Amino acid sequence: MSVPHKVGTVKSKQATNVKAPVAKVVKAAGKKKDEEEATDTAEGEEWMPGKTLVKPPDQLDLTEEELNEEITRVLTANNPNAPQNVVRYGFKEGCYKPIIFVDQMAIHFELEGNLVHKESDEGRRLMAKQAEREEGTGAEKLDNVAKAGEKERKLTNQFNFNERASQTLNNPPRDISCQTEPPPRANFSATANQWEIYDFYVEELKRREKSKEKQEGQVLNKEEDKSKKKIIQAETQSDDITQLAHAAKIIERMVNQNIFDEVAQDFMYFEDAADEFRGEKGTLLPLWKLQYDKAKGLSVTALCWNPKYNDLFAVGLGSYEFTQEERGMLLFYTLKNSSYPEFIFNTTSGVMCVDIHEQLSYLVAVGLHDGCVAVYNLKKKSDQPVYNSTASSGKHRGAVMQVKWQKDDLDSNHNFISVSADGRVVSWTLVKHELVFTDIIKLPATDKVPDDLKDVIATAGTSLDFHKQKDYHFLVATEAGKIHKGSKYYSSKFLETYDAHFMTVSRVRWNPFHPNVFISCGWDWMVKIWDQTIKSPIFTFELKTSVTDVAWAPYSSTIFAAITNDGKSRDHA
Amino acid sequence: MAEVEDTLKRIQGYNGVIGSIVVNAEGIPIRTTLDNSTTVQYVGLLHQLTMKARSTIRDIDPQNDLTFLRIRSKKHEIMVAPDKEFLMIVIQSPTE
Repeated sequence: MSVPHKVGTVKSKQATNVKAPVAKVVKAAGKKKDEEEATDTAEGEEWMPGKTLVKPPDQLDLTEEELNEEITRVLTANNPNAPQNVVRYGFKEGCYKPIIFVDQMAIHFELEGNLVHKESDEGRRLMAKQAEREEGTGAEKLDNVAKAGEKERKLTNQFNFNERASQTLNNPPRDISCQTEPPPRANFSATANQWEIYDFYVEELKRREKSKEKQEGQVLNKEEDKSKKKIIQAETQSDDITQLAHAAKIIERMVNQNIFDEVAQDFMYFEDAADEFRGEKGTLLPLWKLQYDKAKGLSVTALCWNPKYNDLFAVGLGSYEFTQEERGMLLFYTLKNSSYPEFIFNTTSGVMCVDIHEQLSYLVAVGLHDGCVAVYNLKKKSDQPVYNSTASSGKHRGAVMQVKWQKDDLDSNHNFISVSADGRVVSWTLVKHELVFTDIIKLPATDKVPDDLKDVIATAGTSLDFHKQKDYHFLVATEAGKIHKGSKYYSSKFLETYDAHFMTVSRVRWNPFHPNVFISCGWDWMVKIWDQTIKSPIFTFELKTSVTDVAWAPYSSTIFAAITNDGKSRDHA
Repeated sequence: MAEVEDTLKRIQGYNGVIGSIVVNAEGIPIRTTLDNSTTVQYVGLLHQLTMKARSTIRDIDPQNDLTFLRIRSKKHEIMVAPDKEFLMIVIQSPTE
């Protein structure tokens, strides 16, 4: 019944009154019949029977009102199969939203065609193929196929690529090289030791100090620097050997030590086993003989050990003969080098006595034959004495017999005392560059001299010694045989006078240990030991010849040595 | 200057001294009393030895320095005194 249904609907589109389906059917049937009737009217009115309504059995029975009811039927383009409730998640709202506009297209029938546009690539291809087939020979086909293949290949390149190549003119390559002179090279090698680093730092320090000094004294020292520069240049130019002095000195000493090896050993360790058998006589082994060529003809007049450097001693050379030519030397020897003196000083007249300062062992006082006293400074290289007394500054009128250093006075000036043949005991003070003298005392004349000549003729002093502890007490020995004890603070009178010898007293010395004892020796063959409180000697020794010198042993208070004119030395205890 | 020359002469004149050589800082002998080949030999060998000895002493204590080096052999004794710039070598035979 669908067909009539559709027809019915079509008709209903045409907006005719539509009744209930029954009615429709009826109507449809009616209309058909009408049509049929229309058509058939021509044919024949013969078939007219059956105008009676045929009711299908399942037709609804509706009342006439219902049959007359107008039911509106709308025709829409909606696809009844399309979903009407499609929802999609809306991210903006965060919830599902119904989509109103749904695609309503319903595809009823689909057929893919196989028509190709003849202008398109595929169309052309196919047309070409057809052309080939129509020509029909195999070889050609093959060729064509090949060509076509090529053509096809060409054609298949989508971009229709064209290649064009051309060759440019290349410049012929050339090699140009040049060689430079290699930089001058020198091999440098050094070791970095701890001491090399230390050396460098020391030098750096010196340099910095120098630069500081230069900055400070720049203006004043410009001239000095110039002169110094000249000197330095002169020194470095020559193949300078002067710096070798130190090394040469050491070598000389070593060579000497080798030569005199036995002597050196004896010096340290001499022990003569035969001593025990000899009774009173001992042995005195001469160790060294020190000679100096230029000192020939001069007699040794004075000896003095250096208190600081135990192997250094001073030798004064002069002559005892008053008529001989005036010449003298002061030499310093060290036991380490017995062949050559360390220091040599030439003096204008013979040296009579030498004394080295106790503390400042480079200051040497020298008493000369002509009455001058001089002071040498060993630290300075010059040959001249640092201080010299001249006639105007109160030098002695006779030979200076003894000089002795004193302690520094209150102004801390060095001073020393000398006694001479003119009978004066003079104290000399080193003030800046001069020697200032002060008479301490004058030796009184002997009784034998008539009174009115007493002031003129003086007795010569021969020896002088200062007390070890109370160094203002001193003893002076005279040619007349007397020993005077004086004090530095009493300038007019002596404290004590001892009648010591009948002839010249050649030496008087305090005992280094006993404060009251001193010893004296004289040309009257006697050596006497005195106590200063007693007028007469405690001990007297008679030696066979005149005694020229006597000395206490430094280690014992009871031993002394004496030397006599016959060349013998005696030790007494 | 003259003093040093004097000293050198004296050293050469001592008993038993065979020869003496003075070498400068570069290792060139400037004064010698021996023949050339011996001098060169001595200098070359002793220079190295002195350097080594000095290095030894100073390595132990940088404030110390070598003053003297003595080598005693059966026949002679060689003494070397190094200086800042110079080296002095003396060969002596024992006086017996």
